[in-house]
Amino acid sequence: MDMIIPGSAQDLCDAVADALREGARLEIRGGGSKAAFGAPRDARIVSMAAMAGVIDYDPAELVLTVRAGTPLADVEALVAGEQQMLAFEPFDHGPLFGAPAGAATIGGVVAAGVAGSRRVTAGGARDHLLGFTAVSGRGETFVAGARVVKNVTGYDLPKLMAGSWGRIGAMTELTLKVLPRPRMAVTVAIEGLDCCAAHAAMARALGSHADVSAAAHVPKGPDRARAITLFRLAGFPPSVEARAAVLPVLLADHGALRRLDTTEAAALWHTAGAAAGLAGAVLWRLHLPPAAAPGAVAALEPFGPRWSLDWGGGLVWLALDDETPAAAEQVRAAAAAAEGEAMLVRAPASLRAVVPAQHPRAPLVAALEERVRRAFDPAGVFEIGRFEIARSGG
Amino acid sequence: MSILMPDPDQAVLARRAGIAEALRGIVPGEGVIDDPDALRPYESDGLTAYRQPPMLVVLPETVEQVSAVLRWCHAEGVKVVPRGSGTSLSGGALPLADAVLLGMGKFKRVLAIDYDDRVAVVQPGVTNLAITQTVEERGFYYAPDPSSQIACSIGGNVAENAGGVHCLKYGLTTNNVLGVELVLMDGEIVRLGGRHLDPCGLDLLGVIVGSEGLLGVVTEVTVRILPKPESARAVLVGFPDPESAGACVAQVIAEGIIPAGMEMMDRTAIHAAEAFVNVGYPLDVGALLIVEVDGPAAECDYLIEEIARIAGANGAVTSRTSTDERERMAFWAGRKAAFPAVGRISPDYYCMDGTIPRRRLPEVLRRMEQLSVDYGLGVANVFHAGDGNLHPLILYDANKPGELERAEAFGNDILRLCVEVGGVLTGEHGVGIEKRDLMPVMFSETDLQQQQRVKCAFDPKLLLNPGKVFPTLHRCAELGRMHVHAGQVPFPELPRF
Ligand SMILES: Cc1cc2nc3c(=O)[nH]c(=O)nc-3n(C[C@H](O)[C@H](O)[C@H](O)COP(=O)(O)OP(=O)(O)OC[C@H]3O[C@@H](n4cnc5c(N)ncnc54)[C@H](O)[C@@H]3O)c2cc1C
Ligand SMILES: Cc1cc2nc3c(=O)[nH]c(=O)nc-3n(C[C@H](O)[C@H](O)[C@H](O)COP(=O)(O)OP(=O)(O)OC[C@H]3O[C@@H](n4cnc5c(N)ncnc54)[C@H](O)[C@@H]3O)c2cc1C
Repeated sequence: MDMIIPGSAQDLCDAVADALREGARLEIRGGGSKAAFGAPRDARIVSMAAMAGVIDYDPAELVLTVRAGTPLADVEALVAGEQQMLAFEPFDHGPLFGAPAGAATIGGVVAAGVAGSRRVTAGGARDHLLGFTAVSGRGETFVAGARVVKNVTGYDLPKLMAGSWGRIGAMTELTLKVLPRPRMAVTVAIEGLDCCAAHAAMARALGSHADVSAAAHVPKGPDRARAITLFRLAGFPPSVEARAAVLPVLLADHGALRRLDTTEAAALWHTAGAAAGLAGAVLWRLHLPPAAAPGAVAALEPFGPRWSLDWGGGLVWLALDDETPAAAEQVRAAAAAAEGEAMLVRAPASLRAVVPAQHPRAPLVAALEERVRRAFDPAGVFEIGRFEIARSGG
Repeated sequence: MSILMPDPDQAVLARRAGIAEALRGIVPGEGVIDDPDALRPYESDGLTAYRQPPMLVVLPETVEQVSAVLRWCHAEGVKVVPRGSGTSLSGGALPLADAVLLGMGKFKRVLAIDYDDRVAVVQPGVTNLAITQTVEERGFYYAPDPSSQIACSIGGNVAENAGGVHCLKYGLTTNNVLGVELVLMDGEIVRLGGRHLDPCGLDLLGVIVGSEGLLGVVTEVTVRILPKPESARAVLVGFPDPESAGACVAQVIAEGIIPAGMEMMDRTAIHAAEAFVNVGYPLDVGALLIVEVDGPAAECDYLIEEIARIAGANGAVTSRTSTDERERMAFWAGRKAAFPAVGRISPDYYCMDGTIPRRRLPEVLRRMEQLSVDYGLGVANVFHAGDGNLHPLILYDANKPGELERAEAFGNDILRLCVEVGGVLTGEHGVGIEKRDLMPVMFSETDLQQQQRVKCAFDPKLLLNPGKVFPTLHRCAELGRMHVHAGQVPFPELPRF
């Protein structure tokens, strides 16, 4: 397959112009860690790998500008060196697809809207992308947003770009908001709660002065004798200690709290936040109103799912062995009944060919979204069909 | 009045009576206003230098009425300007002579509160403060707190992506809104987002927030509510000059502290505020910082000490820490009343809203002082110091011929300066009409056309709030044109709605 490796925005404009002329489509690829995501497809690959490196980083301004192909790991190491962080807690999806870690790029995680456990309190990729430069499907370079943390000048196109999956343009540069890394983070946990009780405990903690920055739940399973519900407290040590003292009182009726050591805590957050170790051919992400999570999980019990909760229940990772479209339909139905959505993350090609990766939108919203995509990409150069299912006579 | 609005459509004006009658068929009774005297209260928003009575005012009460009004206006080619409480400082809600002003003030109901999921669902006419008042009995609040919060509507906040003194820590409107119901100009009703995070597909909600009433009319808003911090304390620190105050701000953040609020005032603003509210601000300092921290008492105590240490290291000359709620509120009273306070020392003032990288503050203040001398107009500065959002208040007297024009020219120079040093034209008040003609200072024609194409996806006839935000009105057909090779449209099989 063709692989184009632009070294500059101008190269990228040329690649789009060529594609327009030749009727080809372009798949923008960061690290390709999501290559196995969505429907199988055929397009010219545009690798962002050569457009890497930091453009500007001033820690005191809380702002970082980088080229899109910069590896996520490099960005994280850079900001960690200044005791800062990407607050949306992006993570590398490579391992979910059996690929080695380390390939993910900053452009790719932002375009995929990746956010980890801190999402529930600190916001997602959308909340931290301040500005970008991109090449549109018209083959034009344009900028949107800015390089300062507070800005309302013009439409907030960075929101559209975050989570756009390469469908409205190829970012060449991104400006991100960075935040101080908490001086201290501890994880306290309660064991033995069922899904309903876990949700109730997390809702109470998230709605309290304990100011937990993340709350997740991992049920019991083959390698875990008891379910465990996690609460992360982060900040300055006197504050963390004061809030850690609040939780046992607040959650007394749910059981005793235990402080986890860092290794155990990291492994559990990795499971709850990034579905690490959630085996099964088919992997789903359900984004739900948190209170609806226990009901959705119960509805899918007949499929014997392996699951975990993050975002206080707002995110359910769900792995199934059942590769049939009928099972997929049940998952979508359960998410819809909960007034949420289900995204198909990992599945065999046969299932991905018939079940769209993204939750279907209401027809009017889908039509509006299509018009917005055409506003950036009138000819559909970036429409590689990742999220479409081939329809006969469509 | 140096900003020109599009020429009114005489054909529409000639049909005014018929239009009123047709709209009365949709919104009966008092809901359609056409009496010239009754239209006058709507002739401007918070940018009072600009006034224009609307052709008609319509005050719908249901989403069905909003939809029917828009559908009718769309079919008939009649322009519509949405309005919330009319506190916009950028002229976003300024009426047009040939447009219907769609007032959302009757959408006043709180529809649902869910403390488990920590969300409130409200109609757009509910005021910002009313949301907090509704949930505070259970210890919750809605975090974005514009100074206009007793008056401004949540619909207007969504349209302007409003901020407040606490948005440094808790985010702007956009970071606190989970979903909206929106009526498009052709009357279609769509729901974007919901009670869950990160819905699939393009983040259309994200672009609606801050779209200044140009993309659709918001008829319902779902916001996040947060537990009220256990305690809050503020410290009031005086510095000999804004440079040392700015250095203090930079060090606070560099040491990993994100205060709940961090505000700066310059000498003119301090004196005006103190004369107005008498809260004991030091008068012999060149700059005053108010830093607020919140959380458990242990956290507040620790951070206040840290901040006092950093302030001392940066040359602070006075320092007072609030010992109770009354004192904390007093510290804020002067800052919150800064606008009216300045209104007492000058017949008129013009509030600017640029953002700059904080490290450029000393240079920007120096050049602003020079501009003040050049234009012969005073300026007072209040400043969201934590995020670099400046509010220079230009002092003028509209009754003196030429002063308004001079104030506007001064303001434009300040905003050009903000962009020159790497900042932006507006941090929270919006572009509206006020900064419309300055947009090319920040964006290229290609950038602006790309934004306008988004407008075309929502409102291809350009009937919703036209004349705002964009300096040039391009027809959508013209913007859609692309150089196509040999007359062939690529991918003819692709659906094109
Ligand atoms: C809901 C959800 C579901 C996910 N599902 C999967 C999944 O099924 N498989 C998977 O591997 N990962 C998945 N991820 C993770 C995420 O895609 C990766 O962690 C991240 O994108 C890794 O970066 P990358 O450089 O490898 O991206 P890539 O896999 O190369 O690209 C990810 C997406 O971003 C686009 N993109 C990349 N760079 C740019 C750019 N510079 N400008 C514009 N668009 C760009 C690509 O076209 C692609 O659509 C998911 C994330 C979320 C939030
Ligand atoms: C004294 C004072 C202090 C202020 N302080 C702050 C501050 O601290 N921070 C800040 O951010 N702003 C501040 N503002 C500005 C202003 O209050 C905000 O921009 C506010 O969000 C406007 O809300 P509104 O309901 O008054 O909207 P309006 O002024 O009525 O309208 C503003 C814009 O929103 C659109 N709009 C209104 N309702 C809807 C709807 N339902 N659907 C679609 N579009 C709609 C209008 O078309 C217009 O473009 C201040 C204003 C004043 C007068």
